Order: sequence, then structure tokens, then C-alpha cells
Amino acid sequence: MSITYLEAIREAQAKLLRDDERVFIYGQDVGGTFGGAFKATKGLAKEFPGRVLNTPISEDAMVGTAIGAAINGMRPIVEMQFADFSSTALNQILNNAGTHYWRTNVPVPITVRLPSGGTKGSGPFHSQSMESIYAHYPGLIVMTPATVEDAYTMLIEAVAIDDPVVYCEHKYLYYHLKAEKLPTEGLPTGKARIAREGRDLTIVTYSAMLHEALTVAEEFAAEGFEIEVVDLRTVKPLDTDTVLASVARTGRLLCVGESFPWGGANAEVISRVTTEGFHLLDAAPQRVNAKDTPIPYHPNLWSAHRPNAKAVAAKARQLLRE
Amino acid sequence: MLQTASRSKKSASKKAPPRDRFLEAFRWMLLARTLEEKLVSLYRGGAITGGVYIGKGQEAVSVACGLVLKKGDIFAPLIRDQAGRSAFGEPLVDVARTYLGSRQGPMRGRDGNIHRGRPLDDQLAMISHLGAMVSVTVGALMAKRSKGEKNFIGLSCIGEGGMQTGAFHEGMNIAAVEQVPLVVVATNNHYAYSTPNDREFACADLVDRAKGYGFEGYSIDGTDLSTCLDVIGGAVKRARAGRPPQLVVASVLRLSGHGEHDDASYVTDEIKREPFAQDCLKRAEKLIVDLNLADAETMKSWRADAAAKVDEALTTAQKEAAPNADEEDWCAISTRELADQAE
Repeated sequence: MSITYLEAIREAQAKLLRDDERVFIYGQDVGGTFGGAFKATKGLAKEFPGRVLNTPISEDAMVGTAIGAAINGMRPIVEMQFADFSSTALNQILNNAGTHYWRTNVPVPITVRLPSGGTKGSGPFHSQSMESIYAHYPGLIVMTPATVEDAYTMLIEAVAIDDPVVYCEHKYLYYHLKAEKLPTEGLPTGKARIAREGRDLTIVTYSAMLHEALTVAEEFAAEGFEIEVVDLRTVKPLDTDTVLASVARTGRLLCVGESFPWGGANAEVISRVTTEGFHLLDAAPQRVNAKDTPIPYHPNLWSAHRPNAKAVAAKARQLLRE
Repeated sequence: MLQTASRSKKSASKKAPPRDRFLEAFRWMLLARTLEEKLVSLYRGGAITGGVYIGKGQEAVSVACGLVLKKGDIFAPLIRDQAGRSAFGEPLVDVARTYLGSRQGPMRGRDGNIHRGRPLDDQLAMISHLGAMVSVTVGALMAKRSKGEKNFIGLSCIGEGGMQTGAFHEGMNIAAVEQVPLVVVATNNHYAYSTPNDREFACADLVDRAKGYGFEGYSIDGTDLSTCLDVIGGAVKRARAGRPPQLVVASVLRLSGHGEHDDASYVTDEIKREPFAQDCLKRAEKLIVDLNLADAETMKSWRADAAAKVDEALTTAQKEAAPNADEEDWCAISTRELADQAE
């Protein structure tokens, strides 16, 4: 048996619905026989009547409704059809869910699933990676699973957490990533994972870019360089300790993320390492992001806009020379 | 199903609420007015930081909202709902503590003035972004339904300003889609801060939107307490009985600035002469006198009682410690082990 990243997300939701009557799924096209634009909820509406509900195209009200239900004891999962559309729910996520516990002492256990990141031909409005926006605001946990196993266990964990969780699932990984079986447990939330050990350079990454980084590490191994790859798993909280420990071993840091370059997860990692571990560095830290333009439609442009193994390798080579 | 303004007015005038309920409502209105006058004077004296936002002129609508709800109902009040909040059960000291920033208040100095609530007691805590609380109320009602609770409703307040937000439209639509027992009470006080109705919307009557949303709609004179109690009470009854969501649009004039920093010099003399510009509290008082529902001595004792309650709440809060930044834990999530270590 093999299971894809997308199936892991579906299976996690099936388990959550089965195990916890407080859970319901709320989103556009998630219900009926359709099961979501990406089929992440396929079959669930039939299996769990009344708990997998189609909504109007009203991202703000979808999240607002989830907040109200969560305050009153439910554990809603909101599916955004694409991460990009969560921009129209920013107010509810940032200003309502994100402030609620701080203001009232009452936590808001909602999970907002964001089908994130670029795929070929998807263009400016169906490709975005929004983790850095959500991580910037207080009151939210931001997950960015990069493996089938994490997609499964982290979604279950997201719903169990009493605070709002933005769960960024990568659309490219939906079908491209497979595992033999689903795990029964994962690493704790907030703990980064050393995806590959090395001694010459640390690449800190998350989500789909993990796999570009691993490809580069494999290439460089043939040349005798050992690259360590750290998968952040959650960008907030950020596991600074694991990152610093890795940089202590390698002396070099390259951050790789798919979001836009200004600010963001990469910038935050570099800031923390230079602030707290300046003495560990043998070279100035570097980063690879998408370009500072909207995400292009045509594959020729898109493949140059999105960070890929080639771009990561070029930066890694430059860093290793210093 | 859409009831027009004239029809609802007609039905309201036939059936006045019982005397006791009218007088109870009046006393909550009086308490709110007394409290807010005191808050204004504290603000002018520099004792309140930030702002003071009062509901002068809107107490009749607001009190009707708070008074017709029962325990177990959800109330989502907004900026000018002091009367309704008190009638629903908000302790007066919560108001004093929030305005004065006491650590013992529900917001503990982390949020102020009208941004307060006790969500676990079904008093939702509004955010400043208008329209956002309608869908939150919908979700709260869905949760209650899902848990098998019975006979509950939700009431969400809005102004004509907030009715123009996308969040409001989305919230109204999703309420009707989910068929939750919701009443939305919209108070048209004729100004969104300084902007008059003609730059806020262009439909003939805001209540006409009810049909478009899938609500049943009613227009009322928000300066007439009897009408407010009757029509808002009726809407609540219908929602409780399983009718579609209900929209009540009340017409009033905001008898203050947007906040106390605002002299409201933009309010025209012409609009101040409109029937909806009457002071609902004075109207209610006149009715009490005209119909001899309470004698002068009783009215006097009610005023004294309101003043004493306000004084007690404010004195309590004034004695309490303000928040201390060094003792604040600065953690925005409840799962403390997942707090990020950013500095």
C-alpha cells in the first residue's frame, strides 16, 4: 500500500471526524459527492452526515462562523479552496481568532487549511504561500508539513491544539509525495526535524522546498560536500534551538522558502541566527525565495520565479566557496 | 414575508408591552445614560485613556435587545449597546474596569472601552472591524444546535455604517443559508462617524435588504421604547419559533459624537428636527409621566439608585491596580509551550 500526501490529509480528517464529535469541516465544495477542489474531503460528507458542510464563497464568514463555533465548544476545520483566497478572511483570522485569547482569555481552537504553493500554470491567484503573513501576526500557530507523515500527524495535532492553527498544505506535494503507511505519532509540534545530516552547510527549509533542498544535498554529496537539511515543520513557533545547533555544526546557513522575498520565514531564521549565533557563522547567511513579483502563469516564467533545486544549488555553491 | 415599515408601526401601536416590562427597560436605559454621562466626565477629566463611545439616543433599541434575550441566548452587542449589555447581565463593574484598565476586569487592560465581553457567558466580545461579529454569532448558534441545545437564539447588533461592510453581507447570507435562529438589529443613527446616509448607501430603505438575504425584515422608530420592545421582542419570538432569521432596522439619531473626542459639528440642524432625532429616554419618561406609570418620587429614587450603582462600580474599579507591564506574561496563545521565542 502507498498513500499520498493528499490522502494523508483526507485520512487525518476522517480520523478526526470519527474520534471527536466536536469536529466539523466547513468550506467551499467540501461536501456532497464532490469532496473539495482537490478531493481532500472526498467521501467524508457521506460517511459523516451533517459534519462536512459546503459554504457560500464567503471566506470571511466561513472563518467567522468557525470562530463562533469554536468558542462554543466545537473544533472546526475550515478548508480554503486555495491559500490565496484566505486573504479575504484575513480580518477574521488575524483580528478575531488571533486576538481572542489574549483579549478575553478564551482560546479559539480552529484549524484553517490552506492549499498552498505553486503548481504549473496556476498563475498569480492560485499559487501563493502565505505562511509568513500568518506567522507575522500574534496568536496563531503556523504549520507547514513537508512529508506525508507530517501532513497526517500535524493535522491531527492542529485540531487538538486549543489555539488557532493555520495549516499550510502544499498542492505540489498532494500527488507527488507518497509513503508506505501512516504513522501513529509524529514529532511534537514546534520541533524541527533534521531531514539529512551534514557538516558543511545547513539548509533551513519547510514545505515543498524541503524536497528541492534534499535533491541539492544529494547532488553535493557526490562532490564530497555534506549538507545538513533542517525541516522546520512549523514556521511558528520557530525551532531556533535546532537551527542554531545545526549552524554550530556547519558554520554556514542557507534558508529556502517559496514565499515572496520581503520579510518572512527565511528572513526570520537569518535574523535569529545572526542575533543569537553570530559567532557560529563562517560566512554571511543566504536565502532563496520566490521573486518579488506576482506569480506568473506560463511555465517558462513560473519555473524561474519559483525557487528550485538549481537556484538552491547555485546559492549553496557560492556559500561553500566563502 | 417582508413586513413594511408602515405595517410594523401599525401593529406596534396596537400592542404596547406590559407596564412592568416598560418600566424595567426604562430603568436599564436610565442606568446606561447615567453611567455614560459619568464616563464622559471622567474622559474629559483625563481619567480614561483612549476613547469613550456612548449610546445616547440608542438606548431604547439597545435595551430591547438585551431584555428580550434569555439565559443561554447569544448576544453580540456593538459600540452603542450599554443599555442592552446591562439588561443582558453584564455587571456594571465590567464596564468600569474595562474603561479604567483594571487588571480585574474581563479584558485586564489588554483591550478597552466597548471592546469587551465574556464569551463563555454568551456575551461575545466585539472587534472594531464592523460586520465581523454576525458570522461569529452564526457559528455560536451552529455549535449550540450541534450540541443538541434547544430554544436558544442569537442577537447580533449592527449600525447602518457596519451594514455596508463585506463581512456583514457575508454574515447575513451565511446565517440564512444555515437557517440559524438569529436576529440582527440594525440601528440607523444616520451617521457613520461623520458620513451621512446619502454617502453610505443608495437603496430606498435598508430593511428592503432583508428579502435579499433571506431574512424577514421590520422597520421601527427606534426612539419609541414600546415599539422597540414589541417589534424586537416579536422578532426574537419568531426566531425562537423556527422562522427564518430576522432583521430589524431602527431609525434614530446619534445624540453624541462618534466618540467623545468628536464634537459632531457635522450633524445638521435640519436632521436634528426629524422625528427620529428625539431622545428615546425623554420620550419614555414622558410616557411614564403622562400615563402615570410611576410617580415623581419613584422616578427620583430610580435616578438615585442608578447614580449609586454607577458610583459603586467606578469607585471599585478606581481602587484596583492598573496592569503592570513587568508582570504581564506577553503570551498570545493558551498553549504556552508553543509560544514562539521571538523578541
